[in-house]
Amino acid sequence: MLVLENVHTHYGKIEALHGVSVEVKKGEIVSLIGANGAGKTTLLMTVCGNPRASSGRVILNGRDITRDPTANIMRSGIAIVPEGRRIFSGLTVEENLHMGGFFNTKAEIRKSQDHAYELFPRLKEREHQRAGTMSGGEQQMLAIGRALMSKPNMIILDEPSLGLAPLVIKQIFEIIGHLRDEGITVFLVEQNAHQALNLADRGYVLETGKIRLQDTGKNLLANPEVQNAYLGG
Amino acid sequence: MAALNFKHALFCAFITLLISYPILGFNLEAKGINVTIVGADTTTILGVLLAAVVVFLFQLFRDQIMGRVGDLRSLTAGKPKEPMAENRRAKIESWVLTGIVVLALFWPFFMSRGAVDLATLVLIYIMLALGLNVVVGLAGLLDLGYVAFYAVGAYTFALLSQYLGVSFWVALPIGALLAAAFGLVLGFPVLRLRGDYLAIVTLGFGEIIRILLNNWTTLTGGPNGIGGIPDPTLFGMEFGRRVKEEGNTSFHETFGIAYSGEHKVIFLYLIALVLAVFTALVIRRFMRMPVGRAWEALREDEIAARSLGLSRTAVKLSAFTIGAFFAGFAGTVFASKQGFISPESFVFLESAIILAIVVLGGMGSQIGVVLAAIAVTILPELAREFSEYRMLIFGAAMVLMMVWRPQGLMPMRRIHIELKKQE
Ligand SMILES: Nc1ncnc2c1ncn2[C@@H]1O[C@H](COP(=O)(O)OP(=O)(O)OP(=O)(O)O)[C@@H](O)[C@H]1O
Ligand SMILES: [Mg+2]
Repeated sequence: MLVLENVHTHYGKIEALHGVSVEVKKGEIVSLIGANGAGKTTLLMTVCGNPRASSGRVILNGRDITRDPTANIMRSGIAIVPEGRRIFSGLTVEENLHMGGFFNTKAEIRKSQDHAYELFPRLKEREHQRAGTMSGGEQQMLAIGRALMSKPNMIILDEPSLGLAPLVIKQIFEIIGHLRDEGITVFLVEQNAHQALNLADRGYVLETGKIRLQDTGKNLLANPEVQNAYLGG
Repeated sequence: MAALNFKHALFCAFITLLISYPILGFNLEAKGINVTIVGADTTTILGVLLAAVVVFLFQLFRDQIMGRVGDLRSLTAGKPKEPMAENRRAKIESWVLTGIVVLALFWPFFMSRGAVDLATLVLIYIMLALGLNVVVGLAGLLDLGYVAFYAVGAYTFALLSQYLGVSFWVALPIGALLAAAFGLVLGFPVLRLRGDYLAIVTLGFGEIIRILLNNWTTLTGGPNGIGGIPDPTLFGMEFGRRVKEEGNTSFHETFGIAYSGEHKVIFLYLIALVLAVFTALVIRRFMRMPVGRAWEALREDEIAARSLGLSRTAVKLSAFTIGAFFAGFAGTVFASKQGFISPESFVFLESAIILAIVVLGGMGSQIGVVLAAIAVTILPELAREFSEYRMLIFGAAMVLMMVWRPQGLMPMRRIHIELKKQE
């Protein structure tokens, strides 16, 4: 479904990704873990075309999207929950959701909105509240709900557990599992290595811009190297 | 705490002296070709010192003073009112607005010519501010060169009428469209810029247009401007005493009433009123459409908006273009009202005033912007005797607003877009 082939990405002169190859197959949950500054966000943003890969290829559903404009990529069945949520804090919850379905018809929006409220009943309760006044967990739910509004076949999540209480994290991970069951492919970036790998079909370990390890989620969890570096021994 | 206040107060007093002493404390006196600096008289210097002392005292006891003011405000505000139901409120609001427009329609027939003329100017500023509100208030793009599009509209009409004899009604859409085209073209290079950079570049564009108009003497007449711009006609009826153009008739003869110079003024006022209402309605419509939400989304968080598939280029350009369009509208009306335009009318100060209206009115709020346009245009006229202090009063009003109502007169109440519930 999504393939990165030997991708290099630069910020000005600094190279942040040094030839990364990753594959996410249809229906999978793939987790990417790595330390701060490893280049996880950069990798996801490269998929979205902002920044662009300076060499290598990004292929979505068999089509080379490396040079496509961001707006086009984001309209071709892929959605992202960006790092730090980035909800529109001045708009209400409902309006945030509607922004997510910007290119869909009203009927489709209504359907996806109901679906989002089903997944997150909390959002329904706060429908007309300004999004910026909600708690961190609620905002994260909104960010996920908003991403789902475009009815993507693939969703990319950048550290959805960032700054949340354990109970909320558990809930978010449950939802992610549920999304896979609905047939949505998931590409998940996490610091929370244990839960991310536990949930994932396969996982990658990114270290300073290079893929260090790749394996099934279970095997990575058992890998002593991973245990040492990311699971606290 | 007290020591900190004291230091701060001292600093503020010092700044006051630093700014006002060189400006007020010295006079330049020309004797022949020599210019000498002379100290001002004692009263001025005493005044400057007194101002510094007042600033010092105010800053020293600022917390106490502002606390009192706060108490006062909460006293007058009374109990917070129950928020009205959203749709009831909207209904009342639309009734009130309709009432105001109807009043505005009949009002000029009972007023003096000067008052109607001033009201026309207010309406022109309302159009300008509503247009700039799209760019600054909704899309969050700080445009300091907005007056350029106003100039494009005005000059389009002036030039078309001078060289081709085009009438007001034909020039109106052309002027607006041309201004919009300018907005589109000027929008492209500034797309990637944000905040301060955008402000500076747009400021530059505004100046370029003005300087161009000033120097392209063969076409625009340069600083001499263009005169003899015709008044609008009503279905081929002119409002002058004598018919100027072949094939036109005159208004007072057609209706068999005595000629009066006021007819023309009132007619122009009515045109401006209709156009201002049109502007408000169209922009309101845009705000409810997806593109309006896209402007706001891009303002709130560019990365998030782009992650949803919105094209930064399209969204920003649309705001720029629509804003420019209505400036062109206003420019055409202005040219017709004045009968004469020159680059003088399109200096940076105009941009600043329009921006001030938007900020004072509450970014994004249409009613607020209208109220602010009225206040900013009429107050200086009422206070003619103080015209020397006009900018001073203006500045003071801005500072006070920032302290008391930092969100503007009427902060934007977001328009809710609700999907109809399906049964
Ligand atoms: N806009 C930018 N300009 C320059 N350098 C950047 C930019 N964004 C990221 N970098 C650099 O690229 C490297 C990778 O950053 P990235 O944000 O991808 O890390 P990350 O793995 O997502 O980290 P974290 O877990 O903290 O989110 C870092 O060294 C960072 O400093
Ligand atoms: Mg990151």
